[in-house]
Amino acid sequence: MKGFPGTPTEAPPAHKDDSQLRQKQMLADHYGRLARAGETGEKNVYTFVPGNLTELVRSFDLLPVLPEINALQSAMRGKSRDYIAAAEKAGHSEDVCTYVKCDLGMKKAGNVGPTGEPLPDPDLLLLSYTGCFTFMKWFEILKQEYDAPVAMLHVPYQADGMVTDSMRDYVVKQLRENVIPKLEAVSGKKYDEDRLRGMLAESAKAEDDLVWVLESARNRPSPIDAYFGGVYYIGPIFTAFRGTEDAVDYYRLLRNEVATRVERGLGPITPEGELGEERFRIVVEGPPNWTDFRAFWKMFADEGAVAVASTYTKVGGVYDNGFRHDPDHPLETLADYCMGCYTNLNLPSRVDMLTRYVKEYHADGVLVNSIKSCNSFSAGQLMMLREVESRTGRPAGFIESDLVDPRYFSHSNIKNRLESYFQMIAQKRSGAAV
Amino acid sequence: MTTERIDEVVQRAEQLFRDLEFRSVRKWKDETGGLAVGYMPIYIPTELLHAQGVLAVGILGGGDELEIIRGDAYYQSYICHIPRSTIELGLNGALDCLDGMLFPAICDVIRNLSGMWKMQFPDKLVRYLDVPQDFDPEIGGRFWRFELEELARELTARGARPYDAEALRESITLHNRNRAIVRELYALRQREPWKVPTHELYLIQRAGLVIPPEEFEQVLVEYRDAVRADQVRTPKDQARVLLTGSFCEQPPFGLIKTLERSGCYIVDDDFVQVHRWIVRDVETTGDPLQNLVMAFLEDSIESPTRYIAERAKGQDLVDRVAASGAEGVLFCAPSFCDPALLDQPMAVAAIEKAGIPWTAFKYAENNGQFQVIREQAGTFSDSIKLWSGEVAV
Ligand code: SF4
Ligand code: SF4
Repeated sequence: MKGFPGTPTEAPPAHKDDSQLRQKQMLADHYGRLARAGETGEKNVYTFVPGNLTELVRSFDLLPVLPEINALQSAMRGKSRDYIAAAEKAGHSEDVCTYVKCDLGMKKAGNVGPTGEPLPDPDLLLLSYTGCFTFMKWFEILKQEYDAPVAMLHVPYQADGMVTDSMRDYVVKQLRENVIPKLEAVSGKKYDEDRLRGMLAESAKAEDDLVWVLESARNRPSPIDAYFGGVYYIGPIFTAFRGTEDAVDYYRLLRNEVATRVERGLGPITPEGELGEERFRIVVEGPPNWTDFRAFWKMFADEGAVAVASTYTKVGGVYDNGFRHDPDHPLETLADYCMGCYTNLNLPSRVDMLTRYVKEYHADGVLVNSIKSCNSFSAGQLMMLREVESRTGRPAGFIESDLVDPRYFSHSNIKNRLESYFQMIAQKRSGAAV
Repeated sequence: MTTERIDEVVQRAEQLFRDLEFRSVRKWKDETGGLAVGYMPIYIPTELLHAQGVLAVGILGGGDELEIIRGDAYYQSYICHIPRSTIELGLNGALDCLDGMLFPAICDVIRNLSGMWKMQFPDKLVRYLDVPQDFDPEIGGRFWRFELEELARELTARGARPYDAEALRESITLHNRNRAIVRELYALRQREPWKVPTHELYLIQRAGLVIPPEEFEQVLVEYRDAVRADQVRTPKDQARVLLTGSFCEQPPFGLIKTLERSGCYIVDDDFVQVHRWIVRDVETTGDPLQNLVMAFLEDSIESPTRYIAERAKGQDLVDRVAASGAEGVLFCAPSFCDPALLDQPMAVAAIEKAGIPWTAFKYAENNGQFQVIREQAGTFSDSIKLWSGEVAV
């Protein structure tokens, strides 16, 4: 996946809001259920964050497992270096996606999940092939590792910036004739469309609140950081909880907290505590680095820089364009959701989105964090950056790192580049003021 | 005795291969007034374009002779080389003769390049061909048919002849003939690799990317007849190897020659797969468009870019080794190539299980130094000959 978002279990800031505690509890419960699956007989489905079919999976009482999340969690817990080394030793190329290698290394080390408890082997690999070529290879590899059945869902790319009827029909047919029968076989339950509709209605409620939270960054100061903080906010909805009451409650709680911050004119909370003066408003393109997540965030916070919008928080679904899961058209809406995830959009659409963010969020510029091992995100970013810069007249910055491979996080280099970038913005501003 | 005939046709192919200004395409356009549309690796239905009077032009990057001046500013260092040389060709005017570009869905780099092309060349036809990964005729087949119909409509809107079933049937027949000769040459190389050196077969196939299929047929026939008639070439003590991984960005031509000189007969490979993607004749009776669809669904090669649902991963490679009589496998992939490199460990596991020796290295299309690879391939070939205990002829 795009180095997907996260539901990092390690809380960032020292202070924890109720929403964070709530999310932590949701995760603990979820991973606890997975750890006990051997005794309880609960079945699970491994799948990807972009194009995840959480409501559908849960409508069969199956538990989703997201390998990308496990990988990023491994990185945050300092384990990814060894995991990647183990995979490379086993013959996986240094050139390919580090999420895959981290996941394989984790499996070889006992498949211990983010909460320190073991994860069960997959009962089904739901290969939602959305927005990233690597997904297909990843699950081909896991299929061999686990000898598990695979349900392939090929999601067409929005190459012309739109979804056609043919594309939608193609996905819906695959859902009906391939994915659902496999979910039925694994769960031993019949497809229950009314139950699915009910869950999709819950999804839409949570999505409303998530969008409200993300758009709160239009305020000055922004009450949230929509990149570093954003990865926590997208956690439940991008992973295992969309369509659940838990998710609805979480997003309502979060929204209320953010609303209070807006009323009080407060900025975001960072790992170093409350951000002081908001000096720079930045739109960020690309996934974060997870191995040095706190240090990376601190580089922004130290400069008074706030991410007011990010594309990474759209990898598991773009909702701020008005899309909501629609209970009246359950399979069609799942198809549209899958096709609408950020990395399934063509480059002109990605440029449009970034340009819109710079304008609507009154940002000082756009910053690209280019991920070494992620072609899905990275191929074309240099051109995107120049295009957004020329359309907005705001300076663009560029840094490079990796998702979960600590070898590619050069602290001093990134810090220098960020400082120069912020200086450039400041100079432009003072130049404009003269 | 007939080496001159071989040299003649190979030299002509080499000229076409080295012409990075696509003069043959320009000439064809001047003469016919037709549309020329480029395509990236690996597969597109060239039959359809041809049936609409369009010259399909395979663009396989810039090789090792193109100077990259602006292309590097479009790509980070950790992305393969072919998109930057392709952008370079677009920016330096070499591809001005093309009325459009097709980008088959084989990886995220090519996919994203389609969007870059849209932004960079807004007046050209740019189409991403989303090949299905579902192989049920009623699901993936329907989707693919619609994609092809759309493509046909877009070509017509740009001035190509409208889709015509009879024209497509004729085109399929012609392409079937060409595919059959290519298969024949591959079979001949397997039996008598000294007669069909891989660097020659490679050039012949590359020529077929830039000339009309009628002309390609002549080239194929001339080359086949010449190598068949040849009495001069004789077997050498070389190891028989299968080379895999080079299906998109192509290795520098010098690398292919280096491998041969290092003691390897390449008896099967992944080069220029568009001529071999469909493994048998496409049906010519009935609805020709549906026949193309079915050929894609049922008769495509097991590329790493396709989802393999039923068969064990790597089994295809094991089968190819057996069919070609190869004694070892060279994994020869472009640096940073997701499909090739993510697939490789699965393929390695399968061939190791089958007891087949292998070695691996990576390249970029513009590499100029082959010493290390030469030594590696030489050692590999020596070890095969040593351990097989017999001369590999
Ligand atoms: S290549 Fe990128 S999008 Fe794909 S799995 Fe890896 S990190 Fe995710
Ligand atoms: S060389 Fe590999 S990664 Fe690069 S464009 Fe071709 S298939 Fe994609």
